[in-house]
Amino acid sequence: MHESATDPMVPRVLRVRSRRRDGPQVWTLELDAGAREQPGFAAGQFNMLAAFGVGEVPISFSGDPARPQRIVHTIRAVGAVSSALTRLGAGAALAVRGPFGTGWPMSEAAGRDVVLVAGGLGLAPLRPALYQLLAERARYGRITLLYGTRSPKEILFRREIDSWRKLTGVMIEVTVDHALQPWHGHVGVVTALISRARFDPGRTLALICGPEIMMRFAAEALGTAGVASEAIYLSLERSMKCGIGSCGHCQFGGLFICRDGPVIRYDRLREPLRVREL
Amino acid sequence: MSLEPQSAQLLTSEGLDQLLKALRRGGYRTVGPTVREGVIAYEDIDSVEHLPRGWTEEQSGGHYRLRRREDDALFGYAVGPHSWKAFLHPPRQRLWRARGDGDTVQIERESPDRQPLALIGVRACELQAVAIQDKVLLGGAYGDPHYRARRADTFIVAVNCTVAGGTCFCVSMDCGPNVATGFDLALTELAAAGLPAFVLQSGTPAGRKVLEEIPHRPATESEIAAARARVQQTAQHMGRQMPVESLPQLLLRNLEHPRWREVADRCLACGNCTMVCPTCFCTTVEDSSDLSGQETSRTQRWDSCFAVDFAYLHGGSVRQSARARYRQWMTHKLATWHLQFGSSGCVGCGRCITWCPVGIDITEEVNAIRASDPG
Repeated sequence: MHESATDPMVPRVLRVRSRRRDGPQVWTLELDAGAREQPGFAAGQFNMLAAFGVGEVPISFSGDPARPQRIVHTIRAVGAVSSALTRLGAGAALAVRGPFGTGWPMSEAAGRDVVLVAGGLGLAPLRPALYQLLAERARYGRITLLYGTRSPKEILFRREIDSWRKLTGVMIEVTVDHALQPWHGHVGVVTALISRARFDPGRTLALICGPEIMMRFAAEALGTAGVASEAIYLSLERSMKCGIGSCGHCQFGGLFICRDGPVIRYDRLREPLRVREL
Repeated sequence: MSLEPQSAQLLTSEGLDQLLKALRRGGYRTVGPTVREGVIAYEDIDSVEHLPRGWTEEQSGGHYRLRRREDDALFGYAVGPHSWKAFLHPPRQRLWRARGDGDTVQIERESPDRQPLALIGVRACELQAVAIQDKVLLGGAYGDPHYRARRADTFIVAVNCTVAGGTCFCVSMDCGPNVATGFDLALTELAAAGLPAFVLQSGTPAGRKVLEEIPHRPATESEIAAARARVQQTAQHMGRQMPVESLPQLLLRNLEHPRWREVADRCLACGNCTMVCPTCFCTTVEDSSDLSGQETSRTQRWDSCFAVDFAYLHGGSVRQSARARYRQWMTHKLATWHLQFGSSGCVGCGRCITWCPVGIDITEEVNAIRASDPG
């Protein structure tokens, strides 16, 4: 039994097994759980990761839920804590609490087309869902990943994306906001790709993760394409200090994003997303 | 009200003093009201001598003054700036320390505080506030172990209000001025020349047990009637009223009401209302380290939704404007609290009105929105 079994605010100490750069300011850390068994996680959930003496931030799992001993997080260095985390090299210790929050509704995906829409770093929280879908490819209909990012050099998980493209029944479209280097792909917002995707709107499940404005437009475009609000899920982001619904920071209307989310069905979000500064 | 003739007792001020001493003998830390720096504050007390004898206060929007009473009442006032959350859910709480020792890092969890607390002079609105914080801090899937330890051993001596404060509206919030549940002992102060006596009820076996150690006698019918009349009188003199009918729906359909901008022009976003509110529970955490970086710790402390960085997300605050922050506080307190915890987050104690430096009045803000509700 680890310390956090009795107190959810007390972390366990893990070490960095490997650190890989996945883009400008983006690193993927794989953590070493040692011999201690780690709690399983659902695709879409997050951990609270802390650099000792600096602070703690919520970071989604980006690894494979089928391999819970292999804890993987993809982090962009934007603030003091995330910068400190991305500087941790192999062997360095960090404090981990979790997993927390809701996961992607994978059980609802069986027998349906699945459309994943990712914006920027939003691909990282969707990757566990993709691993799960691709591991049991036959259980699902067409799988489509629409991925938008700022520029070609910011495309995450390039080699994996290339390998996924080769799978049958999997469609992957990548678009960038602007391309200075030679680029033969799409340029423009990711929502413009929705019309190119092939899915049966009546039997489609859509999973969206990215900047809030992009998620709003993507959900609206999917709605226009005939996908019901009840079949669209978004992963939201807010300031979090506890991860267990008690610090109050992540409130979004009546929702605690850490506890009721981060993955929330769109019918609960449509109205609040229209209110500025909620 | 819940004064039951067959069980009500009469306790003198001397008996109350002996109650405090009995609780201290039982290992309790006794905390109660006392006059400090011009206000009635909650601090450690060990005798009735420490109670605010003969004091009352005047309260209105942005205004609080102590005043002398014409008698020697010990509880002849409403509530000051302090609330019991300072003891049950304290402003700072260390959570853990970590020590790096060569190749290993050891995390040492902060042990919960084990000295039991006896809270003396808890008002009906405050009992409701404690019940609300119980739901917030213990009702989820995890629960706060520090709060749980403190609450498990809390002994509560409640006081029925015999004076209504100028900003009180517990009657509107349906939780006062008489206490109904959640206390070990409850007192109603009787009018007297000299030191007052109290009609006393016990609410728990623990309350009845400590009563065995102190002198008391059955209260007479006329004493009980007098106590009841005083509390009824208080109920009729509330300083404010909150129109609660369909309040959550009213606020949630008016998130873009022009009144939010108007109140934001007055609001200083200082966060006083959240600090004095007995139910506001938000916290943040601070990590710190020694100079070598070998020893680090994490401390939880109160936070306020009025702070700009409360809703900070990479790139800036989600709630930049004071309008958005005031709206968050008030809609949480009065509307979304119902969705989250099944009740209002407001108990009608009036502290947010009294201690607002510019006298913003939550009941007035609700009335303004209600008056121009498009429906």
